[in-house]
Amino acid sequence: MNITKEEIEHIAELSRLKLSEKEIEMYRTQLGSILDYIKVLDEVKTDKVELTAQVSGLMDVFREDEVKEWSPKEVEAALSLGERENGSLKVKRVLQ
Amino acid sequence: MNLNELTIKAARSLLDEGEITSLEITEACLKQIEILDKEIHACLTVCADEARREAKMADKRLQEGERGDLLGIPYLCKDILMTKGIKTTAASKILENYIAPYDATVVRKLKEAGAILLGKTNLDEFAHGASTENSAYGPTKNPFDITRVAGGSSGGSAAGVASNMCLFALASDTGGSIRQPASFCGVFGLKPSYGKVSRFGLLSMTSSTDVVGVIAKTAYDTAIVLKTIAGKDELDATTAPEKMTNVENKFSEKIKIKSLAGLKIGLPKEYFLESLNPEVKEKVMVIAEKLKAAGAEIKSVSLPYTKYGIPVYYIITPSELSSNLARFDGIGWGLKKEEAINLQEFYKRSRGAGFGPEAKRRIMLGTYALSAGYYDAYYKKAQTVRTLIIEDFNKAFKQVDLLLTPTAPHGAFKIGEKSNDPLAMYLEDIFVTGASLSGLPAISIPAGKVKVEGGGEMPLGAQIIAPRFQEDLMLQIADFLN
Repeated sequence: MNITKEEIEHIAELSRLKLSEKEIEMYRTQLGSILDYIKVLDEVKTDKVELTAQVSGLMDVFREDEVKEWSPKEVEAALSLGERENGSLKVKRVLQ
Repeated sequence: MNLNELTIKAARSLLDEGEITSLEITEACLKQIEILDKEIHACLTVCADEARREAKMADKRLQEGERGDLLGIPYLCKDILMTKGIKTTAASKILENYIAPYDATVVRKLKEAGAILLGKTNLDEFAHGASTENSAYGPTKNPFDITRVAGGSSGGSAAGVASNMCLFALASDTGGSIRQPASFCGVFGLKPSYGKVSRFGLLSMTSSTDVVGVIAKTAYDTAIVLKTIAGKDELDATTAPEKMTNVENKFSEKIKIKSLAGLKIGLPKEYFLESLNPEVKEKVMVIAEKLKAAGAEIKSVSLPYTKYGIPVYYIITPSELSSNLARFDGIGWGLKKEEAINLQEFYKRSRGAGFGPEAKRRIMLGTYALSAGYYDAYYKKAQTVRTLIIEDFNKAFKQVDLLLTPTAPHGAFKIGEKSNDPLAMYLEDIFVTGASLSGLPAISIPAGKVKVEGGGEMPLGAQIIAPRFQEDLMLQIADFLN
């Protein structure tokens, strides 16, 4: 199956992955071969078949929305190790 | 005998009698890790101090008269499960120095039971792989031949148990990741039913097939660990309530079975094609004969949609993991690319550099399969064929009680070796993905050794698959064969 360079670049963009030129070409050919192999599924008649999204056999599993407190130390450990400023997590500029 | 070579069962009586201490077994395991692991590389992290502290606490509990199945028993844990205060990397650079802020439910249960965590084991990065060669920290070697792989993705856990670095190990199985390395390393590897064991604290890969399971030295040991870690968990909405998992089976009352009269074992013909290595087939048939000699009936069954298991798996898995891995954005843990000029660049560079090639390949494949215009053709189609695969098993289990198959089509291959035979690659996963896609319990049991390419002999496992939540029956038969 032929996937174009543009398609790979588009997928990389959606996946938030920066790829080298070499990687782009590698994934282009590899994805092509894998998708070719997957094509065998086309031969299976599935018109009247329901899809299986999950096999737990359960639906609508609920619990009470109770808050369970963590100690300040645990909270600190759980939060990201990123840079902080005034208690907020500092990230890179979003808009130019 | 060295204490690290004990089974859980043997250690239990010695501990309860006061003949040995948990600290002594723990020290023996730590010593074994020290001696062997430079070469085998089963462990990514060893928590020697914490382990000794936990062992001393376990000994205190024992001295005070407390008794419990796993009290004082040391184990290793696949580095894809969260362990509070201890590095959890999923064998990826993107989580290089990530310290887990909480315990996975299974880890918490083992802690409460008094089991001793020795360390975290190596795996294929984010569980992507079947050899542990995709680890960002180097492969794990097979203890039987260090030029060969330990299997994957739970290679470290399997190698750890096989080389007596611990008395059991926790691992995860999404498409064979417990069973295949157990087969390659000559140990018992159990994949429980989907929903039997909590996935809270398991770094997700394929949410609809991931399970946490056990690798141990005997069927009995495997059953003991399962008993401790299984159960409904409020923190995992996919865990089954007790009324669902309490399934009656023909042998419920019998503890040690002598006769298997009334038991029907199915051999699915699609798992025994002409192309199957005859020695592998022979090893599985030896087991079938043992069961037959004890009174079981051996029947041929058919699972016609078997050959679609791999393509279905290779759509569903990348699709689900492409979503699950989206949370690894480089903000706050592991590798990050500070030189990026804005947030988008930061994400792309951190993820591009932090993820290994297999992870990236799968993320790309999954993103493609789920993207606009392709969702129906790929993901939806795969989930529909999945229904047919599940129905295959349901129909088979109307005729038989258990299925017996090979776990892997060959013994462990050489590190770095690439299999150029497409048919062999096809067969590689075919024995293990069916049970994963259907949420069924399956166990790999040691079935002897087979000749391997490159010379020598390596361990091979046979697989038993049971109907959903019939782990008990499956383990009873595994124990009978042990």
